[in-house]
Amino acid sequence: MEAVMEATEVCLGDVESVPLGEGRAFCVNGLSVAVFRPRDGSLYAVQAECPHQGGPLAEGIVGGCSVICPLHSWKFDLATGACTQDPSQRLRTFPIRQAGGRLLLTIV
Amino acid sequence: MDDREHLVVIGNGMVGAKVVEEILARHRGRFRITMFGDEPYGNYNRILLSNVLNGSQAASEIFMNPLAWYDQNHITLHAGVRVTGVDRDRRMVRGADGTEEHYDRLIFATGSRPFVPPMAGADKSGVFLFRTIDDCDAIAEYAAGCTKAVVIGGGLLGLEAARGLLTHGVEVTVVEAAPHLMPQQLDGEGGDILRATMEKMGVRVLLERLTTRVLGDETVTGLEFREGEILDAEMVVISCGIRPNSELARDCGLPVERAIVVDDQMRTSDPRVFAVGECAQHRGMVYGLVAPLYEQAQVAADVLTEVSPNSLYLGSRLATKLKVMGVELASMGRVGDLQPGDEVIRYAEPAAGVCKKLIVREGQLIAGYLLGDTANAGTLTDLFQRGADLPEKRSTLLFPGDGGGAEDVRNIPNEALICSCHQVPKQKILGAIGSGRCSISTIAACTKAGTGCGGCKPLVGELIDAYAGNVTPDPRDSWYVPGVPFAKPELVREIRARGLKSVSAVFRVLAGGEEDAGSKIGLASLLKSLWNDEYEDERDARFINDRVHANIQKDATFSVVPRIYGGITTPDELRRIADVAEKYEARMVKITGGQRIDLLGIKKEDLPAVWRELGMPSGHAYTKAFRTCKTCVGTEFCRFGVGDSTTLGVEVERRYQGIEFPHKVKLAASGCPRNCAEATVKDIGYVAVDDGWEVYVGGAAGSRVRAGDLLCKVRTQDEVLRVTGRFMQYYREHGKYLERSPAFVERIGIEKLRQILVEDSEGICEVLDTEIQKAVDGYVDPWLEREKPYHPAQFTGQLIPEAALLGSKS
Repeated sequence: MEAVMEATEVCLGDVESVPLGEGRAFCVNGLSVAVFRPRDGSLYAVQAECPHQGGPLAEGIVGGCSVICPLHSWKFDLATGACTQDPSQRLRTFPIRQAGGRLLLTIV
Repeated sequence: MDDREHLVVIGNGMVGAKVVEEILARHRGRFRITMFGDEPYGNYNRILLSNVLNGSQAASEIFMNPLAWYDQNHITLHAGVRVTGVDRDRRMVRGADGTEEHYDRLIFATGSRPFVPPMAGADKSGVFLFRTIDDCDAIAEYAAGCTKAVVIGGGLLGLEAARGLLTHGVEVTVVEAAPHLMPQQLDGEGGDILRATMEKMGVRVLLERLTTRVLGDETVTGLEFREGEILDAEMVVISCGIRPNSELARDCGLPVERAIVVDDQMRTSDPRVFAVGECAQHRGMVYGLVAPLYEQAQVAADVLTEVSPNSLYLGSRLATKLKVMGVELASMGRVGDLQPGDEVIRYAEPAAGVCKKLIVREGQLIAGYLLGDTANAGTLTDLFQRGADLPEKRSTLLFPGDGGGAEDVRNIPNEALICSCHQVPKQKILGAIGSGRCSISTIAACTKAGTGCGGCKPLVGELIDAYAGNVTPDPRDSWYVPGVPFAKPELVREIRARGLKSVSAVFRVLAGGEEDAGSKIGLASLLKSLWNDEYEDERDARFINDRVHANIQKDATFSVVPRIYGGITTPDELRRIADVAEKYEARMVKITGGQRIDLLGIKKEDLPAVWRELGMPSGHAYTKAFRTCKTCVGTEFCRFGVGDSTTLGVEVERRYQGIEFPHKVKLAASGCPRNCAEATVKDIGYVAVDDGWEVYVGGAAGSRVRAGDLLCKVRTQDEVLRVTGRFMQYYREHGKYLERSPAFVERIGIEKLRQILVEDSEGICEVLDTEIQKAVDGYVDPWLEREKPYHPAQFTGQLIPEAALLGSKS
């Protein structure tokens, strides 16, 4: 029997729960996701833990479409999840959008 | 459970660490890795030990992989644990402390140990080997109390040791058994010239002396040679070559001849077990120089990771340089192995200390040395290592200017190795130059060339001179931050001229709207120093520590250090700290080096309540700012005190708390010259003397230890505060971002600082005083944000939304 993968869209709450230019971590159904709001108005969601040593990516510095982990400065592309230091490492990414001032995250 | 194959490496020297680096570079995550090393350190560049002995480098500078490297790469390091046995049936390695590790793959990188020729009494005190950092320290320390030292062994390392001992102010004699110095590399003619050069330098040389006995009761007093001759000595350094550490391999049944026998893939007779480095014997050869050993490490890594399973090591041709200050010597192969029919090309100029000799066999350079003039050593070494055909006119080899132009680095072929330590060919260096890297350090950063023994740095410099003329240096090298295309002076000018007061404004106007994460913190620091209270602070341009005023830890909790002025607290404060630590479940309560108390393991969301209940201001332990002023009890209690160090420390800390700098700033005040507060290794330190205070700046006791420079001596506490403020403001204005005070003081120079800050040679002292006063007046305790956060979400930790299901799509 083939399992059917369902994509679920979850409301994370108010957009303002993530200050402009920063990130915050959310726990959705046991899954930790870091949500980022760069100053250009875009939104990104990636796995919350740095693959290097589990650093909290949501506390990292965001610039354009990148985040720098606060523990050892590993840098990731928020759109693709690619890591600058180690191409074999990649973050899991999640679709995210806003509607009516609410953050809507899609989990597959 | 980690089910990856387990790789165990015995040996944590240069080659052991290199093979692991090469494995990680090929396939990170391929193995779970465990290393044993019998020195209690990370790994260091043994080649540079002679620099440590002669004082041109600090021991801390020669470390290659600090202990943190092992951590970061998830390598288990048993540092200081000698391996006592290997059981190949059970595939177990056993350490002296009882540790047992099961392996799937095993690498012997056990290296070698100094060879001590048979002589009586070599165990007397005052007799040293020269192999490890500890040996170096012990030699240097012992030399301080001696006037006469003898080095047994006139080879490469022995001469380096002799030169190193000279810098410790002792008379040095080198004793060599052979008829000339460096018998491995030189012949009699070259050896004689080298001897004259060494003697001119102050090293006495005795040849054809075989030491049979070390004289003295418990401590060495001299040496006796075979013919009965006696030489006085207060200390002796033995440097007579090395012997491979291969007993462990022999004991577990692996074939060992002169060393552990390996095939062209560095594998022993057991397919799971490899050997690399000075402990390995390959095609009858045992190598002791770093370049061939690194090559072996690369082949072993290729094979172990299966990235290049057919990789082969086919042996090396040995070339080396002597690193003795004042002696130039490059050597290739062994000039002693002369065969009938060999062509010998030689030139000698004994008065100038110059001797060059090349042995040519079948049109190829097979050995040679250049003594006293090594200008074209790079070219010759390359011809030697590649076995290349030589020019018809042989004189051009020795005299490059003579029509052949052999010294012209442009004639070095592209594939020739420039850095043999890291196997960097010329074309890779040209690639780096072509992309705009026009300094030895930037080329080192991108190619590693010059970071092994450092011997190729002059050649890299020549390549830059020869090739960089047509290249524009990569302007990015000069940018203040990587994401905004201006060097600091232009950037400052643009920011001022356009009135850019926030980080986002700089990106908008000067970087085409492109934000760069790696540039934000540096820009924020610069803007704040340029605009002070007019700076528009955007919190997203701050590092997390500066957003929440606490220091992030590896588990994403925070450390909280309240300010304890001058290290003086009260029972009431201690009670509050204890209550808070219990209530908020601090996982550790730690007394810091700065005489304060650190609460570790605090959750981000608890920070405001922790601060409120402590009722103490921030200690700024998380940021680039004034940290503490450590004190001793001074005249208040100490029977030796001559100055009131506690009052001074508290006053300094109250006045300058929280002021931001290019880097952190730590202070101390000692109440007498016994200096119990260690004030002379602080960024700013005060030592009380009979009639006032000495003020020191630029001290450090971190990764680098530096005694501060005496800036001035003043009479009163007010004067101390004033000159401190001036130094601080000048550092704020002229320090580079992340430049700590020792580097700053060295860059400006203590004389100049004294003229500017004490003698007011530039007439700016009044301005400095005014500006620092503004910073003092502008201070606000950041922990007050507990009541007024800059954003409602400033201290939120992980959020758990009410997971309202809005719908689903397939």
